[in-house]
Amino acid sequence: MSPASVPRIVTSRLGYEDSHTLERYLSSGGYEGLRKALTMHPEQVAAEVDAVSLLGRGGAGFPAGRKWSMLRKGPVPYLVVNGDESEPATFKDHLLIERDPHQLIEGIVICAYAIQAAQAFLYIRGEFALGLERVTAALNDAYEHGAVGRDIFGSGFSLDVVVHPGAGAYICGEETALLESLEGKRGFPRIKPPYFPAAVGLFGEPTVVNNVETLSNLPWVMVNGSAAFTALGAGRSTGTRLFALSGHVHNPGVYEVEMVKTTFRNLVFDAELGGGVPGGRQVKALIPGGVSAPWFGPDLLDLPLGQDEVADKGSMLGSGSVVVMDDTTCTVRAAWRITRFFRRESCGQCTPCREGSGWLERILLRIESGSGRESDLDLLMDVCDNLSPGLAWPPQQTTICVLGPSIPSSIASGIRMFRDEFLVHVKDGRCPYA
Amino acid sequence: MTIGHLSDEARRRAEELVALYPHPRSALIPICHLAQEQDGWLTPEAIAEIAELVGLAPAEVVGTATFYDMLHTEPVGRYVITVCTNIACMLRGAYELLEHAEDRLEVRSGGTTADGTFTLEEAECLADCGVAPVCQVNHRFFGNLSPASFDTLVEDLRAGRLDGEVPPHGTLVRVRRQGGLRVDPETVTTERRQMAEAIASRAEASGDSQT
Repeated sequence: MSPASVPRIVTSRLGYEDSHTLERYLSSGGYEGLRKALTMHPEQVAAEVDAVSLLGRGGAGFPAGRKWSMLRKGPVPYLVVNGDESEPATFKDHLLIERDPHQLIEGIVICAYAIQAAQAFLYIRGEFALGLERVTAALNDAYEHGAVGRDIFGSGFSLDVVVHPGAGAYICGEETALLESLEGKRGFPRIKPPYFPAAVGLFGEPTVVNNVETLSNLPWVMVNGSAAFTALGAGRSTGTRLFALSGHVHNPGVYEVEMVKTTFRNLVFDAELGGGVPGGRQVKALIPGGVSAPWFGPDLLDLPLGQDEVADKGSMLGSGSVVVMDDTTCTVRAAWRITRFFRRESCGQCTPCREGSGWLERILLRIESGSGRESDLDLLMDVCDNLSPGLAWPPQQTTICVLGPSIPSSIASGIRMFRDEFLVHVKDGRCPYA
Repeated sequence: MTIGHLSDEARRRAEELVALYPHPRSALIPICHLAQEQDGWLTPEAIAEIAELVGLAPAEVVGTATFYDMLHTEPVGRYVITVCTNIACMLRGAYELLEHAEDRLEVRSGGTTADGTFTLEEAECLADCGVAPVCQVNHRFFGNLSPASFDTLVEDLRAGRLDGEVPPHGTLVRVRRQGGLRVDPETVTTERRQMAEAIASRAEASGDSQT
């Protein structure tokens, strides 16, 4: 199937200047998926979503339908929407929040109906001021239109949605930290078990936490049916997915492509996608799924964009962001900057992460600034091993959440793929790219 | 502690926020934003009043507020400029841009200009990497920056040419939620009971012995 014939599931309205308005939404099939869902029984809606193998688009890739089915029975559950997009180089939810807020709201109401929630909280990254304004305006219109609130479209189903702004903390994208933050606390990830908010979530109640892009797929799934969705992609990676492409490419941006049928090479080089690397330079390395993911070399460019395909090669599609680094990139500097990010964003609960991130950043900076020693390479790997024993993928856990064990990804990748480059820094006493 | 630091309007909006959540504490961060909208930063007086509004000690409010980058417990400039230097922006010249910004504003990252107009900060990824390098001014995005376009941005801000687009620091969301919660607990209880009964009777009718 050529890219042009693949339906645009979540980006169909983005060509319109007024894609965020109710008028545009209604004139392009908006809220039809919800109307259809409300004629079905909640468990049928859930079954439909379970059937499409909608892998969560936030980062962990956990199937949405499974998450819903794990809800502790009895209490009325909460729905919490994770719009705290903060994984470096990920900017797809930002786009959906600003440009198609009604699609997100419709997805929220469909999900809430399926799980029979009575209140949903839409946690949006605080830095998205325009997104917060757009979603708030859209929600006001949706209440007015009868798509949210009491007796939605005369169905007897009622739901309140509350837009909740974050305040700047990467860790709040971790779902249990997000719940803590939503309870008015510091964003400290919760100790597991209990593993799933479906059992113990917001204020101890059963809670479904789903990502913005995940829920934005639901209106299309309801209108077009599960078969149309699973006809796209392959294996467990069904449908389309948004990829946020950045770094050394001609056309950085967010692209909706069919999963598995598209490769990293397509994404980076196709004229209608990334358009290739500027200046005729070569791809040196790419980060396939957010800075928590181990890097790939150009030898893996032909790998399909599928969850299992990427996992088999020792990395992850993660948050759906691909960073291209060309042959002018200093990989020591890249690893240092990513490590610096983790050091700044570590919540500080767990010693390996709180202390390890700082040690690693300082050692990397020492090498980059020309004061490193050859033994620093082993020292880096040793500290990484303390954060994530064996440096396996997926990483072994030494901490409450996965932030800490994600830190070694870029460092171990850098040393394994570009050991000579690290050594040149040490031997020459300077960065060769400076 | 000064009672009534928040204006009547801000206090009313804070009380509306509290009413949106199952527990008042959830409104803490939204109310911190509200207080910053009034004062530009979180003053000790505001913190004391927020604590009272959500039923916490002021120290607990400070404990939460200081965890988050966007909440300032010290005064900041009228415009807080946050320059992203994370990987996607770094690959497109963000550190050169930050250095230029420091020279242009004559302030180091983390500082505020002598006239109180600008605070400059180095930011982590702001999720706008398609137009890297980017910065935000009071959380409004400016992308595809160069040293020259940064200078223009600063001049436009100083001259008030961006007043419509960039409100003073602290004003996050200028669109107000219309109305509080519409679904009362009683409605929910009734609805959910009816739904459970409907499911049970359907299961019975279809002869499904598992339910």
